Amino acid sequence: MALIDLEDVGHRYAGAADAWALRPMTMTWNDGGAYALLGPSGCGKTTLLNIISGLIAPTRGKVLFDGRDVTTLPPEARNIAQVFQFPVVYDTMTVFDNLAFPLRNRGWDTARLRLRVEEVADILELRADLGRRARALSADQKQKISLGRGLVRPDVAAVLFDEPLTVIDPHLKWLLRRKLKQIHEQLKLSLLYVTHDQTEALTFADQVVVMSQGEMVQIGTPEQLFETPAHRFVGHFIGSPGMNFLPCEWRSGAATLAGVRVETSSKQAPPSGATLSIGVRPEYLELAATPGPNAVPVRIAAIRDQGIQTMVQLEVGASLAWAKLRNAGVALPSTAAFARLPPARCALYADERRVP
Amino acid sequence: MSSARPVNQRAWWFVLPVLISVAFSALVPLMTIVNYSVQDILGPDQAVFVGMEWYQEILRDPDLHGALYRQLIFTAAVLAIEIPLGIALALALPERGWRASLALVLLAMPLLIPWNVVGTIWQIFARGDIGLLGYVLTQLGIDYNYSQHPTDAWVTVLVMDVWHWTPLVALLSYAALRAIPEPFYQAARIDGASRWAVFRHIELPKMRGVLTIALLLRLMDSFMIYTEPFVLTGGGPGTATTFLSQYLTQKAVGQFDLGPAAAFSLVYFLIILLLCFVLYNFMKEQR
Amino acid sequence: MKAARKRSWLLLACYLVFTLAPIYWMVHMSLRNNLAITSTFAWFPESLSFANYLTIFTDPAWYGGYVNSIIYVALNTILSVTVALPAAYAFSRYSFLGDKHLFFWLLTNRMTPPAVFLLPFFQLYTAIGLMDTHLAVALAHMVFNVPLAVWILEGFMSAVPREIDETAYIDGYSFPRFFVKLFLPLIKAGIGVTAFFCFMFSWVELLLARTLTSVDAKPIAATMTRTVSAAGMDWGTLAAAGVLTIVPGALVIYFVRHYIAKGFAMGRV
Repeated sequence: MALIDLEDVGHRYAGAADAWALRPMTMTWNDGGAYALLGPSGCGKTTLLNIISGLIAPTRGKVLFDGRDVTTLPPEARNIAQVFQFPVVYDTMTVFDNLAFPLRNRGWDTARLRLRVEEVADILELRADLGRRARALSADQKQKISLGRGLVRPDVAAVLFDEPLTVIDPHLKWLLRRKLKQIHEQLKLSLLYVTHDQTEALTFADQVVVMSQGEMVQIGTPEQLFETPAHRFVGHFIGSPGMNFLPCEWRSGAATLAGVRVETSSKQAPPSGATLSIGVRPEYLELAATPGPNAVPVRIAAIRDQGIQTMVQLEVGASLAWAKLRNAGVALPSTAAFARLPPARCALYADERRVP
Repeated sequence: MSSARPVNQRAWWFVLPVLISVAFSALVPLMTIVNYSVQDILGPDQAVFVGMEWYQEILRDPDLHGALYRQLIFTAAVLAIEIPLGIALALALPERGWRASLALVLLAMPLLIPWNVVGTIWQIFARGDIGLLGYVLTQLGIDYNYSQHPTDAWVTVLVMDVWHWTPLVALLSYAALRAIPEPFYQAARIDGASRWAVFRHIELPKMRGVLTIALLLRLMDSFMIYTEPFVLTGGGPGTATTFLSQYLTQKAVGQFDLGPAAAFSLVYFLIILLLCFVLYNFMKEQR
Repeated sequence: MKAARKRSWLLLACYLVFTLAPIYWMVHMSLRNNLAITSTFAWFPESLSFANYLTIFTDPAWYGGYVNSIIYVALNTILSVTVALPAAYAFSRYSFLGDKHLFFWLLTNRMTPPAVFLLPFFQLYTAIGLMDTHLAVALAHMVFNVPLAVWILEGFMSAVPREIDETAYIDGYSFPRFFVKLFLPLIKAGIGVTAFFCFMFSWVELLLARTLTSVDAKPIAATMTRTVSAAGMDWGTLAAAGVLTIVPGALVIYFVRHYIAKGFAMGRV
């Protein structure tokens, strides 16, 4: 268990002198928290993970574990465990020997070692397989072994995951995810989970850190990220499909979309000269046949019935938006209609950022 | 691979090009050999079927026993030196950078020289009067003469083979090492593993497939070795460095006896086959 | 760690001296005349004479031989690797009737000296009219190179977890696209060494190359044997030719070094 502090930590890779892989950032990771680092390929999440684990020494800044400067310490001195994209197991050893390996290297005696290994094997539901050759197990079991080698050390402070479900069968992914959550609750370890899959991030973490192009764009709970994205990128990235952004104008103190005055949850006025748009999630758009407050005229361009929901593509002025409707037998108006934007569910975005 | 391979008979289509390119050119000679080996070819159109006679004659030939014995020792020595040395070199080479490139190019050079040139160069190289190696040894006071002392001839042929072929083992091992994903090394560091443990539990197991190939190749090729020792020592002094291949050539060419030569080719082939088969299964059992 | 690295450097340095000594001697010989080579010892050549090289470069047979060798060796390498890739994949990923036996049988083609194939090949290629062509030698060399290629590639392919194949199909890749864009980059090191070894074994094979060609496709190896004449062995020219035969192979290794030396990179495209 550790409080992890990053002070002005940034990283450039050798040979890419002018490109920050990770822009300087300062952040505290709470002891015992479950964090997800979410973002597309190349956003810097793996770099950040490797800096925390010690596989990379950052080109600037300091990393502190419980106030102790560990910036230059290698991973083996940091009390962390790391689980990689594919299972890393010692093929020639049994499951038991795999789990016992880190402890043997630290000189533990056999009796104490056996107790600990069996304890961890119980947590991971690997007890029955202890005597088997590691090589014979399936991918998800091997990932559990990888994880187990980390958990087996009692002084482990944090477990770092780098897209660990990449090679797991889809129907086993959720089982493993559930197991990780159980472990988090049971062992109270800090967990850092890197992924590009929003479902994994949103179901796993208490706090999600969204990253793009080397910087942290937003940190928040899954609800916060969904309801109030601080950045257009977060709006786009999270949700399926992502948030709609409709270009609008600011006239006489209010946002105007397709000629209609729209009230949003943004209380402040936007900075002058910024490109404005209104962000609203497809889940919250309501379709009506008649005009009303906060309702803009739209043209229905396409309808896709997906069973439990219907996706409707709308033309709002010159832009396109999606509405996601729960199939409750709502009769859709023909082509011309109105889309109502609930004021509490939409916000004004100036350039890339949300206007508070 | 964690689970069993799925059965898929359509995989035969993948293998077909290989089969065609190799099979027809292998089966025909094989049939020809078998054909010759059971006949006494007295002239272009006169052949008498003699059954197993050639086989019996050969297997009783003391020259064969001598050559086989020498060959077995030679091959054993070659494997014992080249495999560990090749692996050690692969471990010692840098992973990347210009130094790695330079080392790879230099290392590969002996492999690229035609084998008769290899023998020819060593012929001069090992001479006490005009060759670098021989001269240095003689200056150091060592009584060295590969054309007169059987032991010297043996050692020279062995060292020449090590010089020539260790790079093959080294290159294969090196490529296999580079194919090991970085996370394995990272995890080993986190687990606190020693360098030896990393070699034993990560590198060696992951190199096993490639090492099997290197072993089998060197076993086969050293068992068939002909050109280099022939050019260097001519099989001598006496028969000290006459290995199996040379024995076969002497029988076939020297005596114009196609029948026995064909029979021996087959026996030769079967010996190598047996050795490789045993080694291959031994390596597989190690899994 | 420092001590271990120093030992590595020591081993490497010693071995490189060992490897380069005969090569230095070959260069040394190539810069002298036959009389000097066979009579006197000298650490360095008394006078650097390029006469041997001149002999080679001005004799069209040598030059032509060089080019011919490169042509059929390149042809053979490409053919061998291309044909071996699908087969190696099948052996690595699937189980089918007779697969283990077939795999081992492939290697048996390398267990006989090529001399055994000499007469049958001669008859075969004469019959189909391919005598004295580069293709003939390239095809003939496939007998020992294809098994080698299949074995090496299979070894590298088996090191790639099969889960990657399955993940790719789930992601919607068709097999050809998966194979070319995802799989091949993962076995780069294997392809690199395979290409080099096919090149090398074909390059140094003398007997078949010499027998199956006469004029048009005569390889350099064949011209090497012309160095024995009435006056005795032409050591100098042979040494010079030896030096020159290293060059193409060195270039090949140089070009595939990135394939061999680079690590295994995982992750999605």
